[in-house]
Amino acid sequence: MVSEKLNSKQLLNQLTQKHYNDAKAAKERGGLVAWSTSVAPQELCETMGIEVLYPENHAAAIGAKGGAIPLLEYSEGNGYSIDLCSYARINLAYMETEDCCFENMPLPDLIICCNNICNTLIKWYENIARELNIPMIMIDVPFNHDYEVSQERIDYIKGQFKEAIWQLEEICGRPFDYQRFEEVMKISAESAKTWKYAMGLASNVPSPLNGFNIFNYMALIVCMRGKPESIQLFKLVAQELEELIENGGSQFPAKEEYRVMWEGIACWPFLGHNFKTLKKYGINVVGSTYPDAWALIYDANDLDGMARAYASVMNNCGVDYQSDLRTRIIKDFKCDGAIYHMNRSCKLMDFMQFEMQRRVAENTGVPYVVFDGDQTDPRNFAQAQFETKVQALVEMMEQNKAAKNEEVK
Amino acid sequence: MDKILTIISELKEVADYPAQAIKKQMNATGKKAVGCLPVYCPEEIIYAANMLPVGIWGGQTTISKANKYFPAFACSIMQSVMELSLNGVYDDLATVIIPSPCDTLKTVVQNWISGVPQVKCIPIVHPQMSRIEEGVIYLQTEYERVKKEMEAISGQKITNEALTKSIEIYNQYRQTMREFTEFAAVYPEVISPVVRHAVIKSAFFMDKAEHMAMVKELIAELGKLPVKEWNGSKLILTGIMFEPANLIEIIEENRAAIVADDLAHESRLFRTDVPEGNDPMERLARQWQHMKGCSLVYDPKKNRGQMIIEQVKKTGANGVVMCMMKFCDPEEFDYPILKKEMEAAGIPMLYLEIDQQMQSVEQARTRIQSFAEMIANR
Repeated sequence: MVSEKLNSKQLLNQLTQKHYNDAKAAKERGGLVAWSTSVAPQELCETMGIEVLYPENHAAAIGAKGGAIPLLEYSEGNGYSIDLCSYARINLAYMETEDCCFENMPLPDLIICCNNICNTLIKWYENIARELNIPMIMIDVPFNHDYEVSQERIDYIKGQFKEAIWQLEEICGRPFDYQRFEEVMKISAESAKTWKYAMGLASNVPSPLNGFNIFNYMALIVCMRGKPESIQLFKLVAQELEELIENGGSQFPAKEEYRVMWEGIACWPFLGHNFKTLKKYGINVVGSTYPDAWALIYDANDLDGMARAYASVMNNCGVDYQSDLRTRIIKDFKCDGAIYHMNRSCKLMDFMQFEMQRRVAENTGVPYVVFDGDQTDPRNFAQAQFETKVQALVEMMEQNKAAKNEEVK
Repeated sequence: MDKILTIISELKEVADYPAQAIKKQMNATGKKAVGCLPVYCPEEIIYAANMLPVGIWGGQTTISKANKYFPAFACSIMQSVMELSLNGVYDDLATVIIPSPCDTLKTVVQNWISGVPQVKCIPIVHPQMSRIEEGVIYLQTEYERVKKEMEAISGQKITNEALTKSIEIYNQYRQTMREFTEFAAVYPEVISPVVRHAVIKSAFFMDKAEHMAMVKELIAELGKLPVKEWNGSKLILTGIMFEPANLIEIIEENRAAIVADDLAHESRLFRTDVPEGNDPMERLARQWQHMKGCSLVYDPKKNRGQMIIEQVKKTGANGVVMCMMKFCDPEEFDYPILKKEMEAAGIPMLYLEIDQQMQSVEQARTRIQSFAEMIANR
């Protein structure tokens, strides 16, 4: 455990640093390092004491720090199409250069891939496994075309947990510790609950949370879900937010004029620009799908529950579910509008987005705008377009507000 | 030779005018038609219910209504499938089955449900971890669901006997088609790239038993012809599909023969038989376990490149054409590894971008021409 006197921002920075340091130290002493997709069952590696790193997080940080272009171009030089996910292009380049503007992460001894957020990950990780000639643990989670996860799918996923455990036992050369597994499951589920609770505090009016801070906190729910430190952090975040609610304060550095839902991954290279543009109009992002994205909640020792949690991740669900979730977010978080990121990197979400926009708008009556962007390829985003779209949204929200005031009178 | 030309012309007619061919059969047999989207639909189940499985792989059209569902950077096959379905082109089908091996196909199911409610859509999600028994069991439950739907639509029970017979016909069809591609490599003067494509494609819109009988006859007739030495180049195609038709004509103009292919639209369909066994549903599920070398089937060893290299050796091909379906993630991820492997093996490879809606093939013409010249001079 780290010192408890820090504020959440300091603790977050310290833990992020620790995350990379621990992996480097493990590598140096000959321990195992794994790379994992962002919503994979980390419980398995955590139980085995394997240090896990997350290429999606790493790529996002590189993008946010302005270091994406050289890596993107490197991958393109290797034959990767510019139409592919930019996280993948950054990581597949990093795998060869081992050099970037952010923390360098050690190369993996094994990788673990769960396709519950997209099938692109399978292709990306296949290439890592092949190029580095290392074992790949695959947890295949079939897409839910129905609303609920069927028992047949749960049984199949559980079969893969079993297979993954065998693979890990072979790689580590020692048996899987089921007692430790139970503990890790408990921590992970607790961490997920604390995360969801803290992020949910944004539903207060005004929101104590600056929405763009979610993009920072997110790093930890991805990287440290199985460690008690993450509970400590999200408890601290919640505590700070609760204090702000009590004092009528907020992390958001302007008057909250409008509350919006942000759909999709951030535009990491333009985080500052996006934030400033929104802040200018007093727009705080209070609603997003992030609180739910890692709400992997299940009871310890309930493998069915764990399989269901990983299979119920929203990206693994159809338009009905996706639309209902956003409708609920807009209502629960009292949003006045919605901003949709048509993220060039994320075909799965993009190709369901148009239908989702229509349904959510119909369900909520809340105006929305769509901008073209990319999670980490700065070449796919135009600042002027973003600004114009935000302005248009403000006009629509303003009209609604005026009409509402008129009604009240 | 007359017989050969007659068979070819009949199959070409089907491949060129699928809607007409399907309608004709539906009228003649009273059978219902079931649409099968890419890739790997268990057609045997449909066939066992005495219905006609037909392939749905898009086609050339102008994209307009599909823009309501897809941004411009979606795979062109799925753009046109969506456009055609929104235009009511598939309304005569009893239902469609849509597998979801890639992100785009997942969304096609979802958008189909929203936009084309008049044609029922039955999704299938194949297990990527098919190597474990739980994967086979899971796939069997997916197929059981399809079977029930087919029984409801056809109004007839699918017996194990009917299914076993259907598997038998499909395995024979696969074997016949593999044989055909070998003959096509030996008789490129007769089986030109355009003809080869038409013979393979026509199977999507015909009763497999009838199609197979015609192809068997074609093979028998070809066998009577003397083998001439081919003085053009020999190519292997890899990718999702090689269309539109005028692109194939360019290959022909450059005196190149297609000696083998690794296309999802062609050989990948028939290179894996349904294995032997007692329970026909289990056999169908086990077939998926044997699929390999396809960008849509999980393979951390990436055997596809090695399979192509072996094919090059076997056929004496002097070049490979990577038919890159624009915006196809799975293929685009496979390409850099393939490129490296082909370079290491000293096999020339042409990267050709495929878009079903491509208006002009002039750029492709220049690229194919210079590639053909390059390999001819090696």
